[in-house]
Amino acid sequence: MIDVKNIKKVYKVGELDLTVIDDLSIIINKGEFVSFVGPSGSGKSTVLNMLGCLDTPTSGTININSQDTTKLDKTKLANFRGEHIGFIFQSFNLIPVLTVYENIEYPLIMIQNLPEDERKQRVENLLKEVGMFEQKDKTPDKISGGQMQRVAIARALVTNPKIVFADEPTANLDSKTAHMIIELMKKIQKEHNTTFIFATHDEKIVANVDRLITLVDGDIIEDKRVNDE
Amino acid sequence: MNNILKISYRNLKRNHRRTLLTASLITLGVVFVLVYTALSGSFKNYMVGQITDSSMGHIQIHKKGFIASVENLPLDKNLNAKSIEYLEQFLNDSKYIESYSYRIKFGAAFSNFVSTTNIRLNAIDPTKEFATLPALKDRLVEFQDLKKGQIIVPELIAKGMNVKKDDPIVLVANNKKGSVNGINLKVAGLVERISGPGGRDGYIHLDDAKKVLRIKGVEVSEIVIRLKDNKMLKEAMVELNPILNKLNKKDKPAYEIHTWQNLSPFYNIIKMLDIMNLAIQIVLISIVLISILNVMIMSVYERIKEIGTIAAMGTPPKTIVKLFLTEGLLLGILGAILGGVISLAIVEILNMIQITYSFGKQSNLILEPVLAFKDVIVVGAIVIFISLIASISPAIKASRLDPVEALRSN
Repeated sequence: MIDVKNIKKVYKVGELDLTVIDDLSIIINKGEFVSFVGPSGSGKSTVLNMLGCLDTPTSGTININSQDTTKLDKTKLANFRGEHIGFIFQSFNLIPVLTVYENIEYPLIMIQNLPEDERKQRVENLLKEVGMFEQKDKTPDKISGGQMQRVAIARALVTNPKIVFADEPTANLDSKTAHMIIELMKKIQKEHNTTFIFATHDEKIVANVDRLITLVDGDIIEDKRVNDE
Repeated sequence: MNNILKISYRNLKRNHRRTLLTASLITLGVVFVLVYTALSGSFKNYMVGQITDSSMGHIQIHKKGFIASVENLPLDKNLNAKSIEYLEQFLNDSKYIESYSYRIKFGAAFSNFVSTTNIRLNAIDPTKEFATLPALKDRLVEFQDLKKGQIIVPELIAKGMNVKKDDPIVLVANNKKGSVNGINLKVAGLVERISGPGGRDGYIHLDDAKKVLRIKGVEVSEIVIRLKDNKMLKEAMVELNPILNKLNKKDKPAYEIHTWQNLSPFYNIIKMLDIMNLAIQIVLISIVLISILNVMIMSVYERIKEIGTIAAMGTPPKTIVKLFLTEGLLLGILGAILGGVISLAIVEILNMIQITYSFGKQSNLILEPVLAFKDVIVVGAIVIFISLIASISPAIKASRLDPVEALRSN
């Protein structure tokens, strides 16, 4: 569970203090498929970065699975992300010198340091799950955008994270591929009970999430449950 | 660690042209240093060998004050029988000394019965002298043996005075009391000159010197010592140091001991060569430092987004540092290995070609560069260490990148 209390984010722009998020509180439960929406500059990505432990709030607390992440230093935050959080990026951000298999394996070696047998089992299962097993030896420049995002999803999930953050994951994909990716994430959410938190403008994602949080100028103006089954 | 190596290797391969260019620059620097070391070492070894093995020996012992007035070849500063007996105790007990030889050094008038010139002479015991200076025979021309009644004439005097082997000559010399005496000798051969003190001296038998100088009993100007190895010079000097404690009637040290380094002006040239070697090594270090620093900084700036991605996934800053350090290290290792191999090949080729050179009056000297494995290892280790140092700053910069900022970059 993510429990955000009264977070504030202030950026210093020259002599000025620019408040981007002011006194935002929210609770996101385990297994939710939730999206932050809002116009550009509304603070979606800033909130996502703070919840994803990439950035720290100027004040307030963020408790993720009972750990106040605002109290962690840079190295501990990195370790926390490696253990609990997965990321999916708009531009996929695969490591170009590694193959599909190695990209997915990367967090298990460099972050979790798992033995080879376990790594192989996890990577191959996910490769099959995202339908990329046949392409496992290709480098990112040899596969399509949709395939790259499948690999990125597998990489985000390989560490068995409790939460996956996805900032505009379908923005660089065509409509058909975007649908497939959303379906894939939805399926994984259901099977693994993973929390997915998006920041997006994409109507296709909006139409598929369980909860929609609308931000305008750093304030939550609407928080509603949708698609309740 | 294997995975860090693998990723670093692939990152270097990603920009293979840049990697090759940087490695080539490092290789060039390594080759330059190693080949220069081998060439200067060859020249240095030859000259040191010439000085110590054919003229001066490694160490010389004199009566105090002899060296200060050596230009006058003083006969009143010779070592007497008692001194020699005292000194021999040390020389015979030494574990560093291979052999030693006695010399009387004096000046004389050299006449071919038509004209006369001055000559500087070393009076020697041929057996001991050739054992102490094994390369002396290489400087002798048309020579078989030096017997009593014979003289080895310096080539320049022989040419100027128009004398050749078996020609009769006369030596006329003053003894230490000032009386003049002469001796008839036959030319036993000629001696080529070499650079440095004593390089233009002729040789006669010790007994002939005693006769012409009217020396009764035992008396020598110097004792020339050959060590088992030139590298033992320092240890041998420490061992012989007690000799200096012996005082004369004026309560001053009775003897003086000098190494060839103290006596030969060529030692300054050797020191200059060593300084140049050091300067070239500093240039190499600069090349490596700037090349690696440049390539690693470029690498960090090109991969900001990638660094942001791996940092976001939870890669600890320490691991990011290791990734970049390993890249720099691999570049250094590549340059060092290539440089070492190419240098060994160049030295091998130079030895096969047998390049000749001249030094002073000596010509047709063959350049025999020797590249010690130790030098290759030392230069390689310096390059690798500097590569690591040069990578530290870019690696730390990469590890400190803010993931959010890094992910935003294009």
